[in-house]
This record gives sequence, C-alpha cells and structure tokens, in this order.
Amino acid sequence: MKKLLTLILFASMLLWGCADTTTHTRGVYMLLDTSGTYKKELKRAEAIINYLLGTLQPGDTLAVARIDSGSFSEKDIVAKMTFDQRPSVANQQKRLFKEKVDEFVTTAKGSAFTDITGGVLQSVEYLNESGAGKKYILIFSDLKEELVKGHVRNFPIQVDGCNVVALNVTKLRSDNVDPREYYKRVTDWQARVEAGGGSWRVVNDLERLDSILES
Amino acid sequence: MSLTKLLIIWPGSPVLSMLIWIVVLVVLLYLARTPAHKAIYSLSRVIRNAFRLMSKSVLLAEEKLVQRNKEVLLTAGMESVERLIEREFHRVNAVVKRDLSGYPSLHQALSDQTTRIDEDYRESSEVPPPPPGWVKAVEAVANLPSQDSTVANILNEIHKTTVSQYKSAMEEYRKSMAVRHTLLKKMMPYWRKLSQTLEHVGKTITGLHERANVIDNRMKEYEDIRAHSDKSARMLTASSLTQFFISALVLLIAIGGAVINFNLIALPMSEMVGGGSYIGSFKTSNVAAMVIILVEVAMGLYLMESLRITRLFPIIGQMDDKMRTRMIWITFSILLILASVEAALAYMRDQIASDMQALRQSLAAVESTAGVVNSWIPTVGQMVMGFVLPFALTFVAIPLESFVQSSRTVIGVVGAGMLRWLAFVLRLLGNIGHYLGELLVNLYDLFIFPPLWVENLIRDKRHQPDIIVEEEI
Repeated sequence: MKKLLTLILFASMLLWGCADTTTHTRGVYMLLDTSGTYKKELKRAEAIINYLLGTLQPGDTLAVARIDSGSFSEKDIVAKMTFDQRPSVANQQKRLFKEKVDEFVTTAKGSAFTDITGGVLQSVEYLNESGAGKKYILIFSDLKEELVKGHVRNFPIQVDGCNVVALNVTKLRSDNVDPREYYKRVTDWQARVEAGGGSWRVVNDLERLDSILES
Repeated sequence: MSLTKLLIIWPGSPVLSMLIWIVVLVVLLYLARTPAHKAIYSLSRVIRNAFRLMSKSVLLAEEKLVQRNKEVLLTAGMESVERLIEREFHRVNAVVKRDLSGYPSLHQALSDQTTRIDEDYRESSEVPPPPPGWVKAVEAVANLPSQDSTVANILNEIHKTTVSQYKSAMEEYRKSMAVRHTLLKKMMPYWRKLSQTLEHVGKTITGLHERANVIDNRMKEYEDIRAHSDKSARMLTASSLTQFFISALVLLIAIGGAVINFNLIALPMSEMVGGGSYIGSFKTSNVAAMVIILVEVAMGLYLMESLRITRLFPIIGQMDDKMRTRMIWITFSILLILASVEAALAYMRDQIASDMQALRQSLAAVESTAGVVNSWIPTVGQMVMGFVLPFALTFVAIPLESFVQSSRTVIGVVGAGMLRWLAFVLRLLGNIGHYLGELLVNLYDLFIFPPLWVENLIRDKRHQPDIIVEEEI
C-alpha cells in the first residue's frame, strides 16, 4: 500500500512538473474609428469581426470598442467576451457577440474627435487583465488622431508583448495632396508602438485577413 | 620585430634569403633523413596496427552478434515449430476423440451387419437336388432280357412318373430360387451400410495419415533447428524478414486507423476537457483522445493475450483458465464501454461540427443550404466507425507481436552488417595510414633530392673501381 501511494505521489509530481505554465489563449481587442467620414467603413469592420469570431478558439478573448472623443473608458467597449472552454457554449457566445456588433454597426453615431491613444491604453489594460498568452490590438482607423482640447496624449505608451495591427488605414484627401502626411502618420505610430515594447504591422488588404493574427 | 623580418637573411633581397633558407632546410632534412624515415614508418605502423586491432575487435563483436542472432532465431524458430506441432497433436487428438472414440460401437455395428449378411447368405444358399433313385430302377428294367411288351409299359409308366416328378421338382426349385433372390435383395441395404461405414473409417484413417505426415515434416524441421544447422538458420532469417515487412505494413494500416479514430474523438473531447487547456504544447483534448485510443490498444493486447492468440506477456499466458476467462470478460467489457463512448463522441462531433458550420455560415452571411446532404448518413457512419474502430484496433496485437519478434532478428542482421562494414572501413583506414607513411617518406626524399643525388654520385664513384677490380680478378 505504501509503495502504491509513493508511486501515485511520484506520478502526480511528474505530471505536475509537465504542466504547461504558459497560456496558449489569444486576446484580441479591436478599436473601431467612428469619427466623421470613417464611420462609413464600419461595414468592413463588421466583416473583420466576423472573421475573428470564426477564427478564435474556445478560451480566447475578444473585445470590440469604439474610438470617439475620449476612448480611455470602459463605456466605449461595444462587446467583450472570453469564450467558454466548451466549443458548443463558445459558439452560442459568438452568436451573441455578433448580435451586439450588428446592433452597434447599425446604430453607431459619428464622433467629432478621434482619441486613438486613449483606446490603445484601454485595450492594453483590458488585455493584460484577461491573461491572454498572445495579445493583439487591432486599430481599424485612418490613424489621424484629433483630440479634444485639454486631453493629454503625447506621452509614451506601454504596449509590452502586444501585436498592434493597423487595419484599413485609408488615405485622406489631404494625403493625396501630400502623401508624406500618410507615411508620417504610419511611421509615427510605428515608432510609438515599438518604443512601447510592442510590434507593429499594417494590413490594408482586407482580402488577406488570415495575416491579422500572425505573430 | 616581425617574423618576416627575422627570416630575411640578406637585406633587400627576399628571394635570395628564401633560397638560403631552402638550402639550409634541405641540408637539415638530409642530415635528419634516417631518423625522420624511422619516425614516419613507426607512425604509419602505429596507425595501421591500431586500426587493424580495432577492426579485429569489431569483427569479434560482429561474430558474437551473429552467434547471438542465430541463437535468438533458432530459439524463436523452435518455439514456433513447437507451437505448430502442439497444434497438430491437438488436431489429431480431436480427430481420435471424435471418430475413434466410437470405435467399439462401430465394431459392434460392423459385426452385427456381417452376422446378418452371413445369416442371409446361408439361407440363400442353393439346396442340392436329391439323387435320382429311379435311374437305377430304369437301368434294372432295361437290363431285362425278354422282349416283353410289359417292359415297355413299365418304362412308359416310369417315364410318365419321371416327367410329372420333374415338373413338380422344377416348380419347387423355382420357388426356392425366388426365396433366395428375395433374401439376397434384403441383403443389399446391409452391404451398402457396411460399405458406407467402411468408407467413413477409411476417410478418418486417411485424415490421420495426412496429419501424421505433417507432424513428421514439422518434426524434421524441429530436428534441423535443434541441430543448429545453417540451412534452418537461413530459412528462419528469410522468414523473419518477410514477417518484419508484412507486420510493418499492417501496423502502418493500423496507425492510419488510429489517426482516423483520433480525428473522430478529438473535437468532442474538447467539450469534456475544454478546448483551451494544454499539457505541454499539446491540447488536453488531443492528449485525452490519444490516451483513449492507446487504452483501447492496450485492452486489445490484453484480450488477445488472454485468448492466447499472442504471447507478448507470459504472465497472462501462465494464468489459470478461470483467471484468464475473467480477464477476457473484463477486457472485453472495457473495450465495449470504450467503443460505446466513442460512438457517442462521434455523434457529438457531428453535432458540434454542424453547429460550427451553421455559425460560420451566419458569420459569412451565407444562406444555409438545408437538405442538400442527407444529414443522418454521415452521423450514423461516424457512430458506426467510432464503435467498430476500437475492436479493429484490438487486432493490432497480432502484427505487433510479429513485428517485435522479427525486429529482433532484423536489428541483429542490420547490426552485424554495420559492424562488418565498420571493420572493413577500419582496415581500409589502417592500410591508407600505412601507405600514406610510405608516400610521406618518398615525398621527403623528393624534397631533399639534390644532396641525395650528390650522395649517389659519390657512392657510384666509390663502388666503380671495386667492380673493375673484381672483373679483372
């Protein structure tokens, strides 16, 4: 009996030693720009969210938030969910999520200002809390930040371990006049993200959505 | 001061300095020629002897391995032939029990039938006609001397009586013949029965004779193996190589089956153990599915072992029959439960897959195409596969046993071959070392050829007068 107990103890210790301490789950936080002209692009954003819902696995986390005049707030989160471990329950959750997003897309109102930095800060906070192994921040915006007077955002941001992906970075009318403005916007954001410890990518071709969650 | 500057003896003329150095080097090498040659030769000898020694020890190891392989092979062959002979004896025993155990009753039946046939035969035997007594009376009357007409009358009367007697005798004879024929007709079924019984006995005896021939052949094979003959070893090697490849092929097929089985149950397992948990870098659901399949294979092994089809675990084979029967039922029950669980999981998989499909369609905003595929056919198919595959995997035990047993021989043969090659390579390296030594000596002499040439000239001059003197003498 003693031998058996010792064997069980040894086996359990061995299994405990083999247990994986790293988390394999993914956390995705998608920021949707709702300012002025970009609001028209929300239908495209819906397609991306649908793709994410189809791709994410049980245990993964997904949140969708809007970028408005002051985005550093939980109120801007449209829908957030950590999918259940059971695939059947996760499927139900995904259906609910889709309903919420559909509702938002149809009822969304345009905002006067665009606080992208606030949204990014909020997303980092949320993803860190979720405990996801791989963190993705998807910014669906033209990356032109317009802040309310008095809002302070010109400081370094901490995005350690986050993959920041800018999606559908549209060229503005002014970019056509001087394309350097567009490149400056993109490179400024890249420098900011990389200085904060994150990785930066731009995906403009929405036919290749599979490249979004590549790390 | 750099090395280049040190080497320049004649300042301003590096070529001249180099030439001076070469001359110095050649002279030094010439002076050191004999010890240098000795050193090179001894080095090459050391290399050759070391490699030869290594080659010899590798060959010894190869010999031992070959010997061990032969022993393993012959032991396995003996076991196999013993099994076959045992089986043949069991068959003979069964035939003897089945057919010859009823021999006393058969003997009784045969003797009854023979007695009846004998009785009938006796009854049907022809009764000899009574001796004709009237012939003597006719002879006596005929010998009468008188020419009297009474004699003729008497003879006439006798003739009449004889004719009438003849008629009645013939009638009686025909009657008795008819009776005899009836009796012989009655005998026919007995003859047939007797013939059939003897035919059956003949077949049994022929079967036994054939079995005896098979046993004789096996015994001859067994004796060959016991005699450790090379012929039997070669035959067993060829046989085990064939076994190895066939069992490997069957195992590959079984692995294919296991992979299909795995895919059937991996997805629904995530519903039980969670789809997001991991053990190491593997999904827990995948590990759980794999464990279930491995448990099924293990149960199959135990079942086959308990049925004494395979002999991988001697401890199971040595169990008493009661314990073995219990083990058979336990392993079979576990297999049945696992097969039922798999069938249920396969059903669940179908449900989850269709749910996912519906979700994907709704996400892609595609109208569902209901009714295009009859949905119950794949569901039932998956359930049946889930139920059948565990039992099919049970039979993996048979090729696995063959694979394990034949792989011993194959590994031995491959190992011996590799050792032989290693020995050859070592011997080759030793010889290359030896000839490299000779080459080095020749190259050494080539480098110092000017002083050698001078030496030869001097030697030739010294030796020439001696030869002339010798010739004059």
